[in-house]
Amino acid sequence: MAGALPDGEPVPTDGSLPDDATREVGKNGFAVYVHVPFCASRCGYCDFNTYTAAELGGGASRDEYAETVLAELALAARVIEPGPVGTVFVGGGTPTLLSAGDLGRVLEGIDRTWGLAPGAEVTTEANPESVDPAYLRQLRAAGFTRISLGMQSAADNVLRVLDRKHTAGRAPQAATEAREAGFEHVNLDLIYGTPGESADDFARSLRTVVDAGVDHVSAYALIVEDGTRMAGRMRRGELPYPSDDVAADRYLAAEAALTEAGFGWYEVSNWARPGGECRHNLLYWTGADWWGLGPGAHSHVGGVRWWNVKHPSAYAGRLAAGASPGHARELLTDADRHLEDVMLRVRLREGIPLDRVDATGAAQALADGLLEPDAYERGRLVLTLRGRLLADAVVRDVL
Amino acid sequence: MPGPLDPGVNVIGSTDPSRIRNFCIIAHIDHGKSTLADRMLQITGVVDPRQMRAQYLDRMDIERERGITIKSQAVRMPWVVREGDKQGESAVLNMIDTPGHVDFTYEVSRSLAACEGAILLVDAAQGIEAQTLANLYLAMENDLHIIPVLNKIDLPAAQPEKYAEELAKLIGVEPTDVLRVSGKTGVGVDHLLDEIVRQFQPPVGDPAAPARAMIFDSVYDVYRGVVTYVRVVDGRIEARDRIKMMSTGAVHELLELGVASPEMEKAGALGVGEVGYLITGVKDVRQSKVGDTVTGNNRPAKDALGGYKDPKPMVYSGLYPIDGSDYPALRDALDKLKLNDAALTYEPETSAALGFGFRVGYLGLLHLEIIGERLEREFGLDLISTAPNVVYQVITEDAKETVVTNPSEFPSGKIAEIHEPVVRATVLVPNEYVGAVMELCQSRRGSLLGMEYLSSERVELRYTLPLAEIIFDFFDQLKSKTKGYASLDYEPSGEQAADLVKVDILLHGEPVDAFSAIVHKDKAYSYGTTIAAKLQKLIPRQQFEVPIQAAIGSRIIARETIRAIRKDVLAKCYGGDISRKRKLLEKQKEGKKRMKMVGRVEVPQEAFIAALSTSDSADTKGTTKK
Repeated sequence: MAGALPDGEPVPTDGSLPDDATREVGKNGFAVYVHVPFCASRCGYCDFNTYTAAELGGGASRDEYAETVLAELALAARVIEPGPVGTVFVGGGTPTLLSAGDLGRVLEGIDRTWGLAPGAEVTTEANPESVDPAYLRQLRAAGFTRISLGMQSAADNVLRVLDRKHTAGRAPQAATEAREAGFEHVNLDLIYGTPGESADDFARSLRTVVDAGVDHVSAYALIVEDGTRMAGRMRRGELPYPSDDVAADRYLAAEAALTEAGFGWYEVSNWARPGGECRHNLLYWTGADWWGLGPGAHSHVGGVRWWNVKHPSAYAGRLAAGASPGHARELLTDADRHLEDVMLRVRLREGIPLDRVDATGAAQALADGLLEPDAYERGRLVLTLRGRLLADAVVRDVL
Repeated sequence: MPGPLDPGVNVIGSTDPSRIRNFCIIAHIDHGKSTLADRMLQITGVVDPRQMRAQYLDRMDIERERGITIKSQAVRMPWVVREGDKQGESAVLNMIDTPGHVDFTYEVSRSLAACEGAILLVDAAQGIEAQTLANLYLAMENDLHIIPVLNKIDLPAAQPEKYAEELAKLIGVEPTDVLRVSGKTGVGVDHLLDEIVRQFQPPVGDPAAPARAMIFDSVYDVYRGVVTYVRVVDGRIEARDRIKMMSTGAVHELLELGVASPEMEKAGALGVGEVGYLITGVKDVRQSKVGDTVTGNNRPAKDALGGYKDPKPMVYSGLYPIDGSDYPALRDALDKLKLNDAALTYEPETSAALGFGFRVGYLGLLHLEIIGERLEREFGLDLISTAPNVVYQVITEDAKETVVTNPSEFPSGKIAEIHEPVVRATVLVPNEYVGAVMELCQSRRGSLLGMEYLSSERVELRYTLPLAEIIFDFFDQLKSKTKGYASLDYEPSGEQAADLVKVDILLHGEPVDAFSAIVHKDKAYSYGTTIAAKLQKLIPRQQFEVPIQAAIGSRIIARETIRAIRKDVLAKCYGGDISRKRKLLEKQKEGKKRMKMVGRVEVPQEAFIAALSTSDSADTKGTTKK
């Protein structure tokens, strides 16, 4: 969830949706996202919707938070009947600042409201320093099936620049603990291109995630968002700006090391061992519907995107008054939906059928070595390694 | 107290020439000419004080705002001498307004030719400026009687003694002959009006001869068509006449004639010495050209009055709409401006970098700037202008001669000789900056013609300079090297052979026409490196490496490289990012549409614009009011 919310039209007080949207809900799958807007401290690069104060009050405090989310769920239940929930993803913030019991209650509420599909994927994000074996076992018992750990780097100097509180060894250890607690699916997040990170630092991070025995790795180039502490430090010259050329080198290193270790890319920034792909994220990229619970959370149902008010107190206040916490929404046109579909699917390993994109642009991208020739022969647009690094340019060229 | 105006005197069409005084005011742009003119209108009673608009004579908004006069007009004012030897005598004063800038020298000369006298108006706090000096010389060459006047004597910073001495020395009179006025407060203005009657000669002409009138201005008016301002020299033009333009032989019906006082006042005729307007219904000022002689069709004059010249563009530049879809609007706008501007020429031109536009010919830099500004302001167009260039005569070894108004017309064969226009430039500058000015002129290939002290502090420097060197950043440099104290004037003075070359800028091997330039051989390298370096910074990285080269013919003289972009992908795109990402993409796609393609290189037009706009700066400061 990015810093500023987009503009849009107002959301009706009861959160209701146009009939066209509710009619097709769940057609391409249905997911639930839960946003937990709390962190023990804010990292310098982070522009997510998160708050460090535990006691915001009025339903927005950490202790009352699960109840507030369940209130939004009750409102959601009056708006849509989507059928079974394929995946749940709890993100933040730091979801694991809530008790395992609270997270379990929210999950149980979702199951009671719409029903979890058999074999549903249920993920929570966690910071390596905010979990221990007992907590992980409780989560597993509550029905969580997947843990995503924000490791970011195996280099202490990089973690310091990122303001992360854990030390280099903690993330792989937490990953091991998660597997021991019964989590089959564990992800480690990496950030590359941080100022001060050397090629060796990143190589060590890659070795660490490979050795940790996880089945999923996400690796993101550092994005310096406006308004963050890190952006300020760069503006003042205290930190150098990240370089796209360095980021490209790091990406190639990640691809090489992860492929070598048996991972395969399935989205531009995501690698998994066979069967380890995050199904929740795949739903985002393939036009599924989802309801996002929590302040600032985004939802999508049948071509309507909306997003909740950002501040936890405002969010709780709306719900306490029986109103939708929706801040604004947009009704997508067919053209918008097509554009989103191309924009998202081009980034996937399975790509997009060529007949859904501009033929001239695709032919040029193929000639430039940005598309896989074999897939192209079979009528699909699939990015080459170089094409993945220039994915946005390809999207612009084939739209 | 003076008596009332003798009622027989002010009858349009039969004014006794001995009662008439035709004069103009020569002044620098901010020396208060318009304010003084307003005050005269008020004191002579032709404008009701309640209706008085500040600077009544400057009709166009742009003129009013910038305090400069682009198109002149003439105002007829009755006056009864209040004091002195002619006290009580009735007169008719025709004040002919003159354009005040270097580019309009020819128009100024025609205005002067319509007068017997000129008021030299100088700011008592600033002293004379180069352009004023040039127009003063022009007036003296036309045998005009000069009344030197210091204006703004009410200002605390005024130094009337000092500048009276300077003016007296220039004209060859005594400092006590220099009048002192304040257009703002009105002090001294009635005395000045008296002196106009006393000092200036009345017009002389043959009332019985065939009519001859000189056109000194021609203005297009949306409602009335072209309004032509004339000074009758001989004979009489009757409202019922058909008139004939002597340069073309074209005959027009007269729809109306009269005088401006300052509102238009219809009359039955205009006689010897009178100044007034003619309306014939023509729609284009080209059919009624400044300097031409008007005669009657029934009894046409044999010889035209002398001095007629066709306006000739001196400076050319490409003018392009920033939004390509504005091209038809630009064409319409130029067509409209042309109605009122006989010197404006243009023809369609296509640039790979900038799209469809026009090659526009101007009298000079101010003209260029005024046209650009009017197009933007009055027609709401966003425009980019390529670096201005002058007109070259290129002679190839096969003795073929080509006139080059655009670097793209530069012949590709072996060049035998190139001729470029030169100007005689006059710079007035406080003596402590003489060194800096000389250095600048030398670096612009100037040769010193002479140097004179106007006073113990101010120096007049005269140079021959290539016009091309003046239109490129010269005025800004001059101002910055003299803390704004220098003033500049120039006039064409023929041409010279010079060692010039055409430098092309190649992007990924493709020439970018908008940056081709004809420059002196010694400056080719620095031009090439400057533009290449600038484009290297401004053009975004592409998916492939892009060389930028500067070349003379096939010889590369400078090179920069834009490295290939290696990463163009957003790292994260999850549920909450989609709306934002889609909006970003839509914006990028919009931006892509506006990209100019040079071969396969996508260049944002802003890059071209930035590269063009920082390298050339027109003579702007000279035309803005301080």
